[in-house]
Amino acid sequence: MMKNKQRSGRLVPAPGCPSVHPVSSEPVVPDVHKTIKAAFEAFDYESNNRVDVREIGTIIYSLGCFPTQADLHDLIAEVEDQTGYINLEKFLPAMTKVLMEHKFPSVPEDLLLQAFEVLDKENKGYLEPEQLAKYMTQEGELFTQEEMDEMLTALADHENNRVYYKDLLNQWTIDPDM
Amino acid sequence: MWHLCCYGDTRETSGDRFFLFTDDTIKSPSPALTMKAAVLIQRWYRRYMARLEMRRRYTWNIFQSIEYAGEQDQLQLSGFFSFMLDNFTQLNGNGPDLISQLLEPVVDPWLDREICYNLIPVPESYTGPRLSFPLSVSDTNALLAAFKDQQILHARYVLQLLYETKKLLKQMPNIVHLSTSYTNEITICGDLHGRLDDLLLIFYKNGLPSAETPYVFNGDFVDRGKKSIEVVCLLFAYLLLYPDYMHLNRGNHEDHIMNLRYGFTKEVMQKYKTHGREILQLFQDVFSLLPVATVIDGKILIVHGGISDQTDLDFLSTIERHKVKSALRFPRRSLEQLDIGHSCKRMRSTSGSRPGSRSKNKRTPNQGRRRCRNSRQDSAASTSSSSSSSSSSSSSFCSPRTPSCLSPRPCPSSPSMPYAVNVLQVPYLDSLCSVPPPAPPQHDREWKQVVDILWSDPKTHEGCSPNTFRGGGCYFGPDVTRRLLLQHGLQLLIRSHECKQEGYELCHGGQVGGRAFRFLPINVLSAQVCLCAFAPQVITIFSASNYYEEGSNRGAYIKVGRELLPRFYQYQVSRATRKLTLTQRVRVAEGSALKALKEKLFTHRSELLSGLQQYDLNNTGCVSVSEWAQVFESVLRLDLPWRTLRPHLARLAPDGSVDYPSCFEDMEPRIPLSQVTPNLAETLFRYRTDIEIIFNIIDKDHSGLISIEEFRHTWRLFSAHLGVDIDDRAIDDLARSIDFNKDGSIDFTEFLEAFRVVHKLDNKEQQVNGKTAGGKAL
Repeated sequence: MMKNKQRSGRLVPAPGCPSVHPVSSEPVVPDVHKTIKAAFEAFDYESNNRVDVREIGTIIYSLGCFPTQADLHDLIAEVEDQTGYINLEKFLPAMTKVLMEHKFPSVPEDLLLQAFEVLDKENKGYLEPEQLAKYMTQEGELFTQEEMDEMLTALADHENNRVYYKDLLNQWTIDPDM
Repeated sequence: MWHLCCYGDTRETSGDRFFLFTDDTIKSPSPALTMKAAVLIQRWYRRYMARLEMRRRYTWNIFQSIEYAGEQDQLQLSGFFSFMLDNFTQLNGNGPDLISQLLEPVVDPWLDREICYNLIPVPESYTGPRLSFPLSVSDTNALLAAFKDQQILHARYVLQLLYETKKLLKQMPNIVHLSTSYTNEITICGDLHGRLDDLLLIFYKNGLPSAETPYVFNGDFVDRGKKSIEVVCLLFAYLLLYPDYMHLNRGNHEDHIMNLRYGFTKEVMQKYKTHGREILQLFQDVFSLLPVATVIDGKILIVHGGISDQTDLDFLSTIERHKVKSALRFPRRSLEQLDIGHSCKRMRSTSGSRPGSRSKNKRTPNQGRRRCRNSRQDSAASTSSSSSSSSSSSSSFCSPRTPSCLSPRPCPSSPSMPYAVNVLQVPYLDSLCSVPPPAPPQHDREWKQVVDILWSDPKTHEGCSPNTFRGGGCYFGPDVTRRLLLQHGLQLLIRSHECKQEGYELCHGGQVGGRAFRFLPINVLSAQVCLCAFAPQVITIFSASNYYEEGSNRGAYIKVGRELLPRFYQYQVSRATRKLTLTQRVRVAEGSALKALKEKLFTHRSELLSGLQQYDLNNTGCVSVSEWAQVFESVLRLDLPWRTLRPHLARLAPDGSVDYPSCFEDMEPRIPLSQVTPNLAETLFRYRTDIEIIFNIIDKDHSGLISIEEFRHTWRLFSAHLGVDIDDRAIDDLARSIDFNKDGSIDFTEFLEAFRVVHKLDNKEQQVNGKTAGGKAL
């Protein structure tokens, strides 16, 4: 699905986004609402239209958006209440706006490859796990140790102690349906 | 779950959103560029993980929905059975013979249960363990080694083991009291469901049962898993070896009628062809003799399911627990209490008549899919169907069952109940009879106390209401818990009964600082810290990892010492030699869940198509996504996110609408059933398991064969239960189209095998033309 992205900014919405009729590539609002609600409900354990603020990121990502942490922080500040929960009431309009305006569009995957190549200064085609860990936990929007461990478990070639990032790309971008 | 807390200020200006790298910049990246690269990678990874998490959740929802829907079916059937068994000697048109056969309860009243196992010879060639009683550590070690080695314990020793266990259990009270002052920490385990690997893993990690390592196993040792016999034999062996350090609670699956459906009976009959029946009989006795509760230090109550607002521990400790053989055999009701003549109602076959109106309720993954229904409508009587599309006149249809909610008491103190239950609707042939609920006599009250303990689930809302999803027990709220704990000076309720992704879950706790913590971190130390700040009153502990599928969930156990602070230990059995990544696990689980879901689609095809066609009057084969989702939910009532699942289940037409015939092209019956009408076939597919139970009951000697006459009777009885009109000729045609032994008897295993749904992509001989809906290999 990533392959369909064009630089012009007219994106074919990623899977999980509201159903789009190719005739007009604008999502239909009632459908958007339904999609947002479905994602929200997956985390609404008590069926009272509230989710824990810590789960909102997962919801937003799963709706096909690609925000940075800072973006998320801003959006959450807009919709959260004092109790550490987010109500559907507030979330729905804010999220609808995000989706209708394609506020957090994805970036093409070849940029991801280039990002890795930036880190792979010697052009080896792979990174050492410690190297990658250092970048991820010390630069940018830092990973927690838990995130780092999970990533390395999944990715590292444990025999040779290398992370072949091209394989990683395949994994992260062949993302069936959701 | 990831955290928002760690991020630097990485705000990009909007112009910077698409940043391009040139060759120069890559070779000698500036710090700013390095940071941007890192951010991009982090974003991608987080999004990927979030999507994976979403898929995992939906997969979980599918599994749970189907599981609980299945349990509900089970209860309905059992209710029907109990009713028939207890009250009728004749059914119109069905003759007395069948019923009197069924009347002989599955509990065959053997006069002499103390079987002379000594008479059973053990051949020289038997290389398994030869137990000597009283058991010693070498016996239990021999059992462990043998079971690890896939050996089967000889029937003679199984019987002897059960016999000795029965003797021991007879001496035990209903509620067993333990003290931490004489022991080290007590380990508490939840459902095992025949998973030997999990039990062995627990023993490995935590130690074998002994004075230093006492255990409480909280029920559901059998069913579903393939090694129930091994699990339960080990548990009983340790019980005999260390009666002071090994404690077993009864679970709702320690019940012979549940075993008929969920696999234990079959496992016994397969592994013990000669003596299986005797073994099952003894198991029945032993199960009903298991204590129903354990209390530690007078402070921690451990029961399998939960409690209700009627739970009375003092009363519970006085009852004769072994009399409640099965939760699914309701206490006898006398004929006078039936009011058949006056209020028989024709059963309407509407697709919407599942108990309760689910459309009002949202999903609550945490408490499973067993939602508390605030407005429970005995929908057999009502024709309120939220589905406008499928109230078909389906005399040849299998209509969804009407509820046979035969709980003998109305649910009392639930303010949200809009009416008092003063009439029970009971299916009788193709009608419904109104039965006034009797005033609960003694054995009814006993039955209810036990069933509540074994079947109830906690919920977040206050109050107590009947657990209509399960069909037995209650949903109990935090107020019910609080009251019971207070009343008996308890501080904590530990229960099992529900599968949890992390192997455990806390609920009914107080809030601290305005935020309730539902999940605790995995780390044990943190768990301790969090517990001090927040006191849960109910802990669910579940010890069968990978319950739904490889990777679906962890298992866990609790250790509790003198300070009575529970600590959680998690694990997950992994069969693959190579550790599966999270992605792989999610994919496997998802594939499995989707298969199960597609089977449901297939077995409801007629209703689904009928509903869809109402939106597609021009027969284009397409409906909008909305319409598609709506029909699917109203027919299947699984409360699943259909839109999100749609890509796995149906193809889109070029104009973006759903090509709905594509939903069904992936599956077919195992044997082509051209002679059988589609409706009949669907009935058989859908109720395959139920039919199997009926066959098993009729087949008293567990030979796997029943006569053609019995087969016909069975079918008539069952179709009466379903309200389906099926004539003999259709049945005979059906029988002929499957290869039967020509000796007047039917191998019903073979018969039922025909009604297994086959996924075309599994069938390697089949040519798969192109990509079918949802058929992508993941």
